[in-house]
Amino acid sequence: MLIFATTILLTVVAMIFMMVWNSMPTIKQFGIGFLFGRDWQPASDIYGALPFIYGTIVSSLIALIIAVPLSLGIAIFLVEQAPKKVATPIAFLVELLAAIPSVVYGLWGIFVLAPFIRNYLGVFLQDYFGWLPLFQGRLTGIGMLTGGMIMALMVTPIITAVVRDVLEVVPTQQREAALALGATKWETTKIVLGNAASGIAGAVVLGLGRALGETMAVTMVIGNSPQISASLFEPAYTIASVLAANFAEATDSLYLSALIEMGLVLFLVTFVVNGFAKLLVARVAKGTGTAKVT
Amino acid sequence: MKSKISIKNLDFHYGPNQALFDINLKIKEREVMAFIGPSGCGKSTFIRTINRMNDTIPIAKVSGEVLIDGKDIYAPKTDVVSLRRKVGMVFQKSNPFPKSVFENVAYGIRINRMHSGKSDLEDRVEKALVDAALWDEVKDRLNSSAFGLSGGQQQRLCIARALAVQPEVILMDEPASALDPIATQKIEELVVELKKEYTIAIVTHNMQQAARVSDKTAFFMLGKLIEVNPTEIMFTNPEDQLTEDYITGRFG
Amino acid sequence: MSEAIHNRRKFVSSIMTTVTAACAIFAIAVLILILSYIAYRGIAAINWEFIVSTPKPVGEGGGIGNAIAGSAMMTLLASLIGLPIGIGAGVYLAEFGDKWYGNTIRFLSDTLIGVPSIIVGIFIYTLIVLPMQRQSGLAGAIALAIIMIPIVARTTEEMIRLVPKSMREGALALGAPQWRVTWDIVMPAAASGIATGAMLSIARISGETAPLLFTALNSRFYNWYYDKPMSSLTVQIYNFATGPFEVEHQMAWAATLILVGLILVINIIVRIFTRKKF
Repeated sequence: MLIFATTILLTVVAMIFMMVWNSMPTIKQFGIGFLFGRDWQPASDIYGALPFIYGTIVSSLIALIIAVPLSLGIAIFLVEQAPKKVATPIAFLVELLAAIPSVVYGLWGIFVLAPFIRNYLGVFLQDYFGWLPLFQGRLTGIGMLTGGMIMALMVTPIITAVVRDVLEVVPTQQREAALALGATKWETTKIVLGNAASGIAGAVVLGLGRALGETMAVTMVIGNSPQISASLFEPAYTIASVLAANFAEATDSLYLSALIEMGLVLFLVTFVVNGFAKLLVARVAKGTGTAKVT
Repeated sequence: MKSKISIKNLDFHYGPNQALFDINLKIKEREVMAFIGPSGCGKSTFIRTINRMNDTIPIAKVSGEVLIDGKDIYAPKTDVVSLRRKVGMVFQKSNPFPKSVFENVAYGIRINRMHSGKSDLEDRVEKALVDAALWDEVKDRLNSSAFGLSGGQQQRLCIARALAVQPEVILMDEPASALDPIATQKIEELVVELKKEYTIAIVTHNMQQAARVSDKTAFFMLGKLIEVNPTEIMFTNPEDQLTEDYITGRFG
Repeated sequence: MSEAIHNRRKFVSSIMTTVTAACAIFAIAVLILILSYIAYRGIAAINWEFIVSTPKPVGEGGGIGNAIAGSAMMTLLASLIGLPIGIGAGVYLAEFGDKWYGNTIRFLSDTLIGVPSIIVGIFIYTLIVLPMQRQSGLAGAIALAIIMIPIVARTTEEMIRLVPKSMREGALALGAPQWRVTWDIVMPAAASGIATGAMLSIARISGETAPLLFTALNSRFYNWYYDKPMSSLTVQIYNFATGPFEVEHQMAWAATLILVGLILVINIIVRIFTRKKF
């Protein structure tokens, strides 16, 4: 048993070691400047990670802006509003969204979501909000917005599940106390949300961690072009998608090293983000999250 | 008669909290001693020190001596596993294993390799079930799940399981508290029967039960042993004012 | 005066109920939209030849038989490696994992679960593909196993911790040593939960693409050897979907129908099974 448990330790240690070791060439050559370089030209051995970092952050933010309210709504409905008979099957269906593989979301994104954005949503946004730089430029359906939206669908079941757990931990007495004072269902829900605040924050951060590392679906719809553009309709690139799209053909050692270093950056960021999320959720489970409300 | 169990200066701590204070007590061979007292007084904690069941709690700390047959069971070289074979335990809530009736009783025999063959195993299981006054009720369903038995039957199955490994001492932690009056009566009759062969320590919150089944009674309060006396004396003419207050229902 | 306020509060409350219900309905609508579209596009392209044959040049038909075989082989090997290690680690965490070492392992497992699967692909590339000088089914399977291990470990731990303490104490009180209590009493009691976790982890890895892209790569032929590049359903779907040809897009939908059907069936079976149990 100890040996098996130790396998996990060794895996993580080996993972960090191998990635650091294999990204030494670019770390030596570019130093910290690697993270701020705007140019990415493998053919002339110029590697700057900024466009990918930008794409990763912006697409994740789009995902969260859509997914957080949606997930909160679903979780509140399931835990606080719906009768149990209705909530159980709905909860299962929402969980099924998480069971669909990333590559399938990508396929659906290319052939359903992208045309929808090109023909309807994007046209609508350009008609009414076209004066914003966000919605200018050529509308192909493939780009930052599509990537963010497909990500939103994928992180929604994950955030929902954690928020549900967090809400369920809030003691029933809190609800009964509010109801006994004559509070309506929604007013009671607000009390419950106050109790669960740090756990909900944890769920959001966990969703962020997932979005940052989301690979296949995003690779298939974001356009894979290393540029920094204000327009959400323009193609972009994320760290995970440049790895998926280019790793197999990276034969030159500096190119490989640059990709592995980006993997290392992604690994460290998700590591920190997930650890932080866990801390926030654990606070609710231990009950310290309720302190500021009562 | 010599002392089977003898406790000297026993202190018990849960982390920073002391749960038992300087307990001194002797239990003779083939004697039933009942432990009474208000809930949280330490009586369950106390009997769990006799088979070192508290070892499973990381923050628990024991000091003092618990001697069984004159040997200190907290001595460093004590084999806890064989100690627990010698000191059986029946818990407050019946806890059969997710196995058949037969396999529940056979489990302890098997792990301790006490049987010399299949028919010997069957004999031992039967004897334990007979001794636990359960045989007639389960002999036709030995291979069905133990979870199918009633609450009282499950508890007697757990007693049979404890008897099967031929212990010398049986600890019972409120064995009837979750049972209905008829099932409780059966357990009590069983305790009276078992005392012919075993030394028994039984925790109960039911004073009539203590009066019915025990030779001696010990009264605990707030982690201290207030009084030990023969049961008749305890319930008719207690020495300590606290005992009298408790028995006459003035608190607790 | 309070009547008006009262009505207003009740109105706000019912609006919010509607809004949250709409969120739930939206999510389910998306699920139905995705699944029904997969079924609609997939069924049109599925036939026996597609299921058993290998890819052919565009326009000549062909199929995904080798991808199905490759996925099955890599999932099998990954399970053979990942399940015992994961379950063993879970048992360790549940039974002996309350000290600093257990806490460390638990923390690392959770970290590993959160690591993007493409990172696991890179790790295996540097660890196995580079030294072997070629992509292989073995490398793909090990990458999948690494994804599986922490998931299985944590669900196993959770399931074991659900076994009532009273059951362990019952066995300990009979003089059973710790390892026998774990093996004879705790494991059988937790077995169905552990099996459920194992099934779900198999469903999870069978949908993984990113860790296979440059470990197992792909292959146009049936390949029964783990030391050579191996095709998989997911990588095949990715290649078909991102290619320029409509025929290949058709095949991507058909392959997706098979993959998603399989994963949904596992999820639904597990659901029915666990509902009966508890």
